[in-house]
Amino acid sequence: MGAYFSEIFLGLKSLVIGLIITFKEFFKPVVTVPYPFKTIKMSERYRGHIELIEDEEGNPKCISCGACQRACPSGSISLASKSVEYEAMVKGEMKTKKKKVLTKYNLNFTTCSLCGQCVENCNFGAITFSKDYNLASSRKEDFHFDLLKRLQERNS
Amino acid sequence: MSGPIHIQPGETFTLNVGPQHPATHGVLRVKMEMDGEYIVKAETVLGYIHRMHELMGENRTYPQVLPNLSRLDYLGALGYTHAHVLAVERAAGIEVPERAEYIRAITVELNRIASHLFWFGAFVMDLGGFTPLMYAIEDREYILDMLEAVTGSRLTYCYYRFGGLYNDIDDDFIDAAKAFIPRMRRQLKKYDALVTGNIIFEKRLKDIGPISAEMCRKYGASGPVARGAGIDFDVRKNEPYSVYSEFDFDVPVYHECDSLARYMVRMDEMEQSLRIIEQGLEKLPDGPIMPKKKPKLIKPPKGDYYQAVETARGSFGIRIVSDGTKNAYRFKLRSPTYSNMSLFDEACEGMMIMDALAMMGSLDLVIPEIDR
Repeated sequence: MGAYFSEIFLGLKSLVIGLIITFKEFFKPVVTVPYPFKTIKMSERYRGHIELIEDEEGNPKCISCGACQRACPSGSISLASKSVEYEAMVKGEMKTKKKKVLTKYNLNFTTCSLCGQCVENCNFGAITFSKDYNLASSRKEDFHFDLLKRLQERNS
Repeated sequence: MSGPIHIQPGETFTLNVGPQHPATHGVLRVKMEMDGEYIVKAETVLGYIHRMHELMGENRTYPQVLPNLSRLDYLGALGYTHAHVLAVERAAGIEVPERAEYIRAITVELNRIASHLFWFGAFVMDLGGFTPLMYAIEDREYILDMLEAVTGSRLTYCYYRFGGLYNDIDDDFIDAAKAFIPRMRRQLKKYDALVTGNIIFEKRLKDIGPISAEMCRKYGASGPVARGAGIDFDVRKNEPYSVYSEFDFDVPVYHECDSLARYMVRMDEMEQSLRIIEQGLEKLPDGPIMPKKKPKLIKPPKGDYYQAVETARGSFGIRIVSDGTKNAYRFKLRSPTYSNMSLFDEACEGMMIMDALAMMGSLDLVIPEIDR
């Protein structure tokens, strides 16, 4: 009989302790954010999908060496280039030289795992992470990014 | 259908828990043969989300496998990538600067607390208490914010590199971590008062779900499951890797073998992790985070390499058999939850289904890691 009453007492005690703790939470500041109306600033190092970087003239810095393509674990990056002849001064005389120009840089974001190997393997600092995180869509094609087009749109 | 089905005395029926069930926390199926409320026999069915991570490890180069490891266990991802970098560093003989080792230990311990916090919330929710989950997620959010500022992602980190780290920590991180430690200690006291002292919680767990030390040895269980059965084994203490030999911390061991013991082990482990973080921040040396000399292409010499680490769920091991090329010949992952799960069939025989699910919660299962 004594055990019965002490159990009731213990139950009430732990109930009261629990209520006190949860009641105190009423007076603490709100920690959530009403999401679509208010957003949190992304941290500086946030790794979104990749983005091309432009040089001073607005062209992509990328020289299409393909290091990012080889480093990618899931084969998400595909790029193409054409070689363009141009004239440059080399040791005082004009010479025709060839260089590669990027014509296509596609990222298949459906398979990308955001590991950052491409950015790390780029020796020319030509790609960086974007801060995009609102990437919801019901169509698969929306995640095949044409990064070159995005760069041109950003410039215009 | 004509009328209710009457089960005859002595007759059993089959009950499927999962593959989609809130109590299994993932895609796990348990086929139970029931006699009323009691389990006669249980059989776990695995493989619903098998993704061939081991095979992927064999046909990708070593750096390319790095993001895979954090997909094994999404709650304690850093511990798993830590195992991989340590294994490859051992294989290829890459030196790691001391600062990088300390930062690794600090971030792994933060991740361990985050993982335990989420487990704590989910476990109490399994038992019917919803509020502690909200408190636990709030605390976990501080850790995620800290780690996001350093690593760039919130859950599936890819932070460690062979020989060092992806990028250095800054003063903001150190300040945030220093502020977090006293806060977390206060919160742990709150959890103790709110949950551990609760009489309903105690009655649901005490002397229920016995997992003996022999059973742990038989199935190879490790981590908090083994430590709750009185086995004093922690890879960080028994085979120290990284800089763990320089930290002063205790390994919590409970001899009760019940679900409450496993709960207590994890709650005490959070306290010990805080101690490690505190010491790590104090001792943190200056210097580089990547070695000066690092091979461009990682090609470990021929051989067989093994590295075990203590993750939030138990001891996780990676075995790499190298044939001298840039891909591993064999990439074997020994995951702790797989062993912890396999004892469930034997342990839950004769238990009531509610107690068995409470015991399953105390095993801390993460299904992607079982199925890998």
